[in-house]
This record gives sequence, structure tokens and C-alpha cells, in this order.
Amino acid sequence: MKKTLLKGNIALCEGALAAGCRAYFGYPITPQNEVPAYMSERMAELGGTFIQAESELASINMVMGASIAGFRAMTSSSSPGISLMQEGISYLAGCELPAVIANVQRGGPGLGNIAGSQSDYFQAVKGGGHGDYRLIVLAPATVQEMYELTYDAFDLADRYRNPVMILADGVVGQMMEPAILNKENLSPSDLPEKDWILNGCQGRQPRLIRSLLMAEGALEQHNYHLAEKYKKISNTEIRYEASNLDNAQILLVGFGLCGRIIKEVQLIARSKKISVGTIRPITLWPFPTEIIHRAARKVKKVIVVEMNLGQMLEDVRLAVAGRVPVEFVGRPGGGIPTPEEIMEKIL
Amino acid sequence: MTTKRIFGRPESLTKTPHLYCPGCGHGIVHRIIAEVIDILNLREKTIGIAPVGCAVFAYDYFNFDVSEAPHGRPPAVATAIKRLLPDRLVFTYQGDGDLAAIGTAETIHAASRGENITIIFINNANYGMTGGQMAPTTIIGQKTATTPDGRKAEIHGHPLAICELLKGLPGVAFVARTTITRPSEVLKTRQLIKKAFEYQLNKKGFSLVEVLSPCPVDWKMDPGDAQKWIETEMVKTFPLGIFKE
Repeated sequence: MKKTLLKGNIALCEGALAAGCRAYFGYPITPQNEVPAYMSERMAELGGTFIQAESELASINMVMGASIAGFRAMTSSSSPGISLMQEGISYLAGCELPAVIANVQRGGPGLGNIAGSQSDYFQAVKGGGHGDYRLIVLAPATVQEMYELTYDAFDLADRYRNPVMILADGVVGQMMEPAILNKENLSPSDLPEKDWILNGCQGRQPRLIRSLLMAEGALEQHNYHLAEKYKKISNTEIRYEASNLDNAQILLVGFGLCGRIIKEVQLIARSKKISVGTIRPITLWPFPTEIIHRAARKVKKVIVVEMNLGQMLEDVRLAVAGRVPVEFVGRPGGGIPTPEEIMEKIL
Repeated sequence: MTTKRIFGRPESLTKTPHLYCPGCGHGIVHRIIAEVIDILNLREKTIGIAPVGCAVFAYDYFNFDVSEAPHGRPPAVATAIKRLLPDRLVFTYQGDGDLAAIGTAETIHAASRGENITIIFINNANYGMTGGQMAPTTIIGQKTATTPDGRKAEIHGHPLAICELLKGLPGVAFVARTTITRPSEVLKTRQLIKKAFEYQLNKKGFSLVEVLSPCPVDWKMDPGDAQKWIETEMVKTFPLGIFKE
């Protein structure tokens, strides 16, 4: 298939459109501004709905409305805007509404800066909004994955009736690389009907979408139901990329852009006769705990590399469970760890 | 001799008994909405959005599709539903805290965009569900749980008049304020809500009907006094009428 030179943020849009998403709601924020600009044009071409909302609060609630009406819908933003969406994300999870939210992360906390960062890992993976819920979190490392994982995110969201987050960063969003748009182009009419949506109760009983469960024990039962779903997702949807786990002396773990940096380090180490294995989690939740646990048995140490001050590090430590030392190389606030910095930990 | 049924439960209302307080206006407005939807024969084409507040339970009482929305966000939720399903009747039902405090931005921008939705705005001048705190629509001098000595403009600010605020926006097609303090007012409210829905059906843009509605328990009045208070005091700040059509 033909390769196209694309920006990560545009590939993300094309992945969504190929998946049959015809409803986009967003608010400007750097470094994801290509997404609403491109979507405004493409939705007009495809007869979809594009609204530049008055805030990220409105964006996520418009996504909620579109999802209630049965449509594949998404929003995108960057870190401060994603913070504003957390209320809505909690409602989506509570109401079991499918939706896709892309976070093209920038440095924080606060207004931070506009450089790519990975400092929203905790927010994406551990909650962010209130209540006992989980997001499926996908971390693209390439422009190709911005396309593919966004496409897959809509399938995952519909399959589990759960919001899915694309946790990208400003670098992956802004970089240009060749990509192959290899997915089947779906239109909304190709998608299976949903038996829970609100579209007027013609020929059926009225339906209700809510997360408020006031009856004695009802909310507890709802949470058990959600937990069952999350367990099923954990058992079936873990994705990662691994290399050279059998012979490695050192294991490097990094997601997104850092997953590419550790591959570079692997090559440098090889030239110095050091065997390095790599694991790049692609789903940050569910987390590839088991593969990290097994790989850690055979190495002298594990090094986690992140564009933050150690967030996924905590999940890797849980996976390694104290078998070997777990070290960390990371830079916050838009800094990108260099292969040289990582090599220093290896040597 | 044949008997003719002249009064009964609208099909758009369920048989669930209302849990609203004695003298509360929600039950009356729910019934009005249900009657109008029946008259327009739209029950199977309607999607309602319930607020956060006492009327969150509206979904137990309406016999058509209803969704919850986060506090203040029904206009955003309704915007997307209506854009994607333009031939359905989409309305939100919101209280004063929901619409005029936490959701002010969503309200004004849905109105400003001229979204072809209808908002039924229940103004009872306080936060009913949480125990009668000051609302954006609490009138000057009114005692609430958080203005024990009465609302003072210099400390608490002024009450927010939504109809007057919205009428100047080009996207707004129909705005009216009404009440339900006596049968004639109830019938007037029914006409106005029907008119608002008809504006939507005719794709004329944003419509809103504000209903001054009694909250006797939180106002610490008996239901009769609550109705009198609306007619004598509340209307001074919130005059009734059609502001734009």
C-alpha cells in the first residue's frame, strides 16, 4: 500500500475517520491544534458533525451527547484541557458510554509549556476523574500508530462501552513520518446497531442513561459490574512490543516516544557488547504486568525511561516485584531523555 | 350512554409516584411537558436531558428516552444529540443552579450558536436538593441556607436574569418567562412550552421557557404562601412575559 507523509495529529484524525467517527468536538490548545482544524474540513466533506466548543467541559459533554445518540464520537486536547474533561470522563465511564479522547500531552503542571511530555500518565491510567473506574489507555509511538491505535480505540470503546484514551505527546503529534493508511474505511452505516442508545422510543420501551444509582446497594452492584468488565479487558486487551527478552542482561521499559529511544539505546549497547531487551507497553491500561514480570527474572536490572519524573515507573516496580533493581531515567517539563543519559545507567 | 374520557395521565408520564416535596412545582411542569409532547404526538421522537438537582429524577417520571448529564452540562449534551438526530425533539430540563451558575457557559453558548434545542428552565430561586442554599436567581433580601440574613447585593451580588440576558443573542428564537401559581398560569405555561417546542420543530433555533416555580420546603413557607411569594415578590425581579419570539 501507498505510503503517505503525515503529521501525527493528522494521522490521528484519519484513524478516527476511517473508523467511522463522524462527530468531533474540541477546543483549541497547543500542541494538538491540527486536529480540530483538519477535522473541521474533513467533517464538512464527509457530512459529519464538527463543533468548536466553548470549553473542554462542553467538548467532552458534546462527545457524551453524540455517544448517547449512538454515534462514534471523539475529542482531542492537551494536558490542561484534559484536566478540565475529567468530570465528563468519569460520567462516560459511569454511564458506560463509548468515546475516544486523545491527549497530545504537553509539559505540566499548570499551564506548563507546549513541549511534548508524558507527565499525564497517572491521570490517564490511575483515574483522573472521581470514582472507581478505568480508561483503556493506548500510547502511540509513531505516526503509523497514531492512525492505527485511534482506529482501534473506537472498536475497543464500542466493544466494552467504555471511554478510551489515546495518550500521545506533543512530539508524536507534531512529527512527520511516512504512514500507510491500511485500515478498512467504515461509514456509520457499516457499524453494528447499538441496543442501548437514545434515539426516540419508537417501537420500544423508553431507555435511560444515567450514573446516579440511589437505591440501596445499586451503586455497589454497578461497580462490581464495571469491575467484571475491567477484568475482562485486562485479560484480553494487553498490547506491547518486546525485543530480545531471552538474552538480555538489561531490560529497558518505555512507552510512546521513549519506546523508540530505548530501541536506539539497544543498538548502541549492542555495539558495546551489552545485550539489552526492550518492552514498550502499548496499552498503559491494561498494563503488560506479566511480560515485565517474566522478563525481569532473567536480567540484572530494569531501567524505566519516561518523559516525566517517574510515573509508569511505579507500575513497572509492581510488576518486577523486587526481583531486581529498577532504575529510572526521565526528564520532566518537555525534556527528552537522550540515549547517552540512558547508556550511563547501563554502563 | 357513552362516556368520554376528558382527563387522564398523559402517555408521556410514567405511573411512578413523584418523590418531590409537597407544593413543589416540578410535578406540575413535568405534567405540562408530558401533555404537550402527547399533543404534538412526539413521545417516540423525544430525547430529554435531566439536570443535577431535584429534577435529576425526571427520568423516572417521563415515559420517553431520557439521559442524565453532569451538573450544568445538559445544553452541551443536547447540542450533540440534536445535531446528530436533527428530526428528534431534544430538550433539557434544568434548575437555576444547573443552568445559571455552574452551566452558564454551556447555556449562553448553546443559545449563541442558535442550537435548535429547547430548554425548560425551572427557577425556584434556591438550590432545592442540597438544602436551600443561595442560587444565582435568589432575589435581594431572600433568606437561604447560605444567606441567613438575606441576599445583599454588595456581599452576594445580584440575581441573574436569564431571559433578559439571552434575548439579545441572535441565535435565540424564543424566550419567555412564566409561572404555575394558579390554573390560568399553568395553562399559559403549557401554551408557551408548546410554542417553544414548535419553534424547534420548525427549525427556528434556540428556545427557552423559564418557569418561576415554588419550593415551599426550602423557602420555609406553606404551599399557598409560596405561590403568593412568587406573585408578589419574585416577579419584581423576574417579570413574566415573552421576551423574544
